[in-house]
Amino acid sequence: MSSEPASTTTDFAHSGDLRTEEMLLNMGPQHPATHGVLRVMVRTDGEMVIDCEPHVGYLHRCFEKHCESVSWLQSVLYTDRLDYLTAMGNNWGYCMAVERLFGGEIEVPERAEYLRVICQELNRVASHLLAIGTYGMDIGAITPFLYCFREREKILYIFETISGQRLNYNYIRPGGVAYDFTDDMVTMIGEFCEYFRPKMAEYNDLLSSNQIFKGRTANVGVLPIETAISYGCTGPVIRGSGVPRDLRKDQPYGVYDRFDFDVVVGSGEAGTLGDCFDRYICRVREMEQSIGIVEQALADLPGGEFRSPKIKQKIRPPKGEAYTRIENSRGEVGFYLVSDGKDVAYRNKCRSPSFHNIHVLPEISRGHMVADLIAIIGSMDIVLGEVDR
Amino acid sequence: MGDFFTLVDWAVEDAGFWGRLIGVVAVWAVPITVWVSVVGLFSIWLERKVSAHIQCRLGPMEVGPHGALQTLADGIKLLAKEDIIPQGADRFLFALAPILSFVGSFVVFAVVPFGPHLIIADLNLGIYFLAAIGSIEAIGVIAAGWASNNKWSVFGAVRAATQVVSYEIPLSLSLVTIACLAGTLSTIGIVESQAGWIWNWFLFRNPFMVISFLIFYIASLAECKRAPFDLPEAESELVSGFHTEYSGMRFAIFFLAEYAAMYVVSAMGAVLFLGGWYTGIEPLDSWLTTSPVLGNVVGALAIITKAFFLVFVQMWLRWTLPRIRLDQMMYLCFKVLVPVGMVVFMAAAFWQGVFGAPDLGGLGSKFGLAWFVVVVVGTTLWVKKTIRRTKGYASANFLEHQARLGHDVGVS
Repeated sequence: MSSEPASTTTDFAHSGDLRTEEMLLNMGPQHPATHGVLRVMVRTDGEMVIDCEPHVGYLHRCFEKHCESVSWLQSVLYTDRLDYLTAMGNNWGYCMAVERLFGGEIEVPERAEYLRVICQELNRVASHLLAIGTYGMDIGAITPFLYCFREREKILYIFETISGQRLNYNYIRPGGVAYDFTDDMVTMIGEFCEYFRPKMAEYNDLLSSNQIFKGRTANVGVLPIETAISYGCTGPVIRGSGVPRDLRKDQPYGVYDRFDFDVVVGSGEAGTLGDCFDRYICRVREMEQSIGIVEQALADLPGGEFRSPKIKQKIRPPKGEAYTRIENSRGEVGFYLVSDGKDVAYRNKCRSPSFHNIHVLPEISRGHMVADLIAIIGSMDIVLGEVDR
Repeated sequence: MGDFFTLVDWAVEDAGFWGRLIGVVAVWAVPITVWVSVVGLFSIWLERKVSAHIQCRLGPMEVGPHGALQTLADGIKLLAKEDIIPQGADRFLFALAPILSFVGSFVVFAVVPFGPHLIIADLNLGIYFLAAIGSIEAIGVIAAGWASNNKWSVFGAVRAATQVVSYEIPLSLSLVTIACLAGTLSTIGIVESQAGWIWNWFLFRNPFMVISFLIFYIASLAECKRAPFDLPEAESELVSGFHTEYSGMRFAIFFLAEYAAMYVVSAMGAVLFLGGWYTGIEPLDSWLTTSPVLGNVVGALAIITKAFFLVFVQMWLRWTLPRIRLDQMMYLCFKVLVPVGMVVFMAAAFWQGVFGAPDLGGLGSKFGLAWFVVVVVGTTLWVKKTIRRTKGYASANFLEHQARLGHDVGVS
């Protein structure tokens, strides 16, 4: 018999006369629960995960290089495709960086700032709806997914009315937004908020207060605060671990300092602080906060211009560099732009939250079962378009 | 009905082995195969409709009225597909597995009665047969997972093995409880001892039988690999588990077997706990028994209705609940259901010994009546409370909401 490699498995693998072996399991890139084309190499002992390693890059499409060859305004289109579930946030992050490159030259009108906030928060709700819906599906409950999509559909309908697009909006542009809201749109959004608030009870009924769901998510994939910080996790992932990190509060951009909302953090109510349930419940409660922000923004929506008249078809920011970051639905999105005064960017570097969040996966999934690994990936709520860029 | 049975008797006694075989095939196997197929097709259609309406959708609407022929169309499509056996698969086992699985759920139909005379084989160890043959399906599943030469399928197979080992025990415990109450293992005998008013059904016979029924039902969910125990095929975890590599007609046979098994366990639930072919109204039942034809027809309708109600509840659960984890499944079985099942068994036996004796002059049935009232009132209150709480849910009036947003929902 060949010599066995020294194994670090736990004792159950070598109990009695039965000899078990580790198995290398390739999860993805084609797998229903990896939310795209994530590939995870898993070393398993039976159903237990000994180690796993996420392999990313299957969706790499040279976003940064593309942005060096198209004009500043055309790059907005590419940012849509990063986190395609929260395209508004990406638009905004990029446009803020461009505006900062101009120094104080471009003034974003107040109305545009409000429209940006409304769109971003509605998009956050849409994104979180998809996140908790697919999370339910990962756990095995298919119906909440359809309920979430029912509501998300209404948001997409609103966005279609506003920007002409359902997914890749290209709505927020440097210096303002692409189109103004009509009164009908304002009414429509107000009606949606009114409609949406009581619907939270349905998700809570089906998932948050479901004992099986709690059993599957509580104490699973516990992410300690130190690990979360050292891996650079952001968004609901780090807030689930109890860190009140939210750029909308910590470093208010746009007009976020005018709104009254809470930063939702996990409390370990179902199990341990920082488990899958905490990350999930953060998203559910954040939706409520977002709807609150939308309502406040609608209430004091100012009139006036919706984009800066200084933005022409071709813009040439002065030489220099700028870094901006915003709180997207998955965490911190940062754009680092370098301009050499031409009409294309010299360098465009994007910092995406999912890329950082996914790499904490091996740390927190060791010792769990394969089914838990699915639950953990789902609770990270990654978008591969953003991981690979 | 007499002629029907003379035929079988003739086949069994005088015709020798081959005549017997032909007789049994002609009289029972062909109609039952047709029945299994119809049940399978109908259940699949029902599942799609139930899931659709739970999820604010319409489900199949195109083929036939309300999509009634959709499953048939799908079946024809699957039949016409290429038969693929993956490289490296164990070809013999791969081909055998769906058949094994189907046989397991098909043969159990032998002991499921449809009426006082409508049964293929009134075995004197009927429910033992159920427990023994019903688990053959799992062997097909394990074989399929192993033969596929796919790691995910092997996971599914091992999970199926774990599940069947776990759930045979509580299932048998509740079967034993029934046998203890009825004093027989024959399914006909079990139904006959539930004759009379609705509170004579074993579900209401004593306060413990509701728990026993729940144990039976949970175990039967696990036996059919239905959510929340659909671990062997766990779509989001194991892709499709044991039937990941199956396509075309082999997949269709697995599918049919699954739905046939759902119907069988539900029909057995009706036989064991819900009075089988009895309607639960004593005068009606006793009038029906005077006419064998009418009695059998109404009996068959009663048992099919009860069975499909339980099938509907299985679907309802599947589209409501998340999936539990393997270790939680075993915890639930060995640490909850088995001890509770033991206690229920002993308590029910004790109750039967004390109050079930004939010389007590129907005291047992008075308890049954009281317990029936408690169960009915409790259920009504709970349902009312739930309805009140969920009144504003959009799932209740989704068409209206869709219409308000100007979406065409496709209802003509």
